[in-house]
Amino acid sequence: MSEFPPRPTPIEAADMIRRQRGRNVALLLVLVALAVLFFAITLVKLGHMG
Amino acid sequence: MSTALRNAGRSGGLGGLGGVYAAPPKGTAPPVFLAGTDRWQDWFLLLKPRVVSLVVFTGCVGLFMAPGRIHPVLAFTAVLCIAVAAGAAGALNMWYERDIDALMQRTRRRPIPAGRIDPGSALAYGVALSVASVLVMGLAVNLCAATILAISIAFYVLIYTVWLKRRTPQNIVIGGAAGAFPPLIGWAAVTGSVDVLPLLLFGIVFFWTPPHFWALSLYACKDYGRAGVPMLPVVCGARETRRQIFGYTLLLAVVSVLPWALGYTGALYGAAASVLGAGFILCAWRVLRDQCDTAGTSRDGDAAARLTFRCSLLYLAGIFVALAADKIVTLYL
Repeated sequence: MSEFPPRPTPIEAADMIRRQRGRNVALLLVLVALAVLFFAITLVKLGHMG
Repeated sequence: MSTALRNAGRSGGLGGLGGVYAAPPKGTAPPVFLAGTDRWQDWFLLLKPRVVSLVVFTGCVGLFMAPGRIHPVLAFTAVLCIAVAAGAAGALNMWYERDIDALMQRTRRRPIPAGRIDPGSALAYGVALSVASVLVMGLAVNLCAATILAISIAFYVLIYTVWLKRRTPQNIVIGGAAGAFPPLIGWAAVTGSVDVLPLLLFGIVFFWTPPHFWALSLYACKDYGRAGVPMLPVVCGARETRRQIFGYTLLLAVVSVLPWALGYTGALYGAAASVLGAGFILCAWRVLRDQCDTAGTSRDGDAAARLTFRCSLLYLAGIFVALAADKIVTLYL
């Protein structure tokens, strides 16, 4: 009996890993950029209060 | 033309909202999600980057035109929130319209109908980004800008996408308001309030939307018809659409010169708006006078409508660049 979902071939598996790595790097960059932005916003808000 | 669409034309007409839902043709298989095939670019495409670029541009001009000062970091945050909210609304639109997107040539390669992104994930992505953009706008910039931002998302998703788009040929006219909010939001980010000038900018984008989309729908109406979307050419025919494009372009040209006529901008903007308006009216006139057969279908592949669609993009860009240039001239010369 065939497997469901079908097991990916080595080439497909390598491609999926490459795509996943691309997504993870993109997410990391977004999170770092957000952390920098929130830090900058905090400095601006504290500056206004001072 | 399907019976449903003919009914939409009868009961909705040009002014009504009472048309029936024109369901996509039966027998089309729902898109199949293929796990592991999504790339980061697909998640980016889900945000409709080309639409976002236009929204960011008009939002930036609204922010720049506003009197008063805003810290550059907060200005950047406001523009980022406008961009993310527009993208999130685009993602929610793609999630809701995945059935008809799969039927149209223009949209069938989008991430959800192509099976690269799971609809549930797209929905979660759109909701999360919508909430996040409104929260950050409210906490970092001000409550007025955040409120208008939330209204713009709700308008695009609930009023345009869910309620109007499949029910009435007036979908673009009323739904066009959703794309007109960014200059208001940009202005509100600086001032914390709304004034006459940003409302005029809202009016310019509002009246620009129908001729822009109807020019596109003139040469893409087979696609819309196949998907059961009651766009004006599908329901009322190409001839009526040509008349409506011309009428709305005249209205747009009048609204575009109002900021100068009412004294909110200088002569530079007045001259630019007049010249651009005349050019756009000329394009719309060529669409109106296009050589057609008895059904109103163009004999030369809708060359005039294609030109008008491209000109409409240049027109809007020109109007907003002229607004910014006029302010620079007023401030520094």
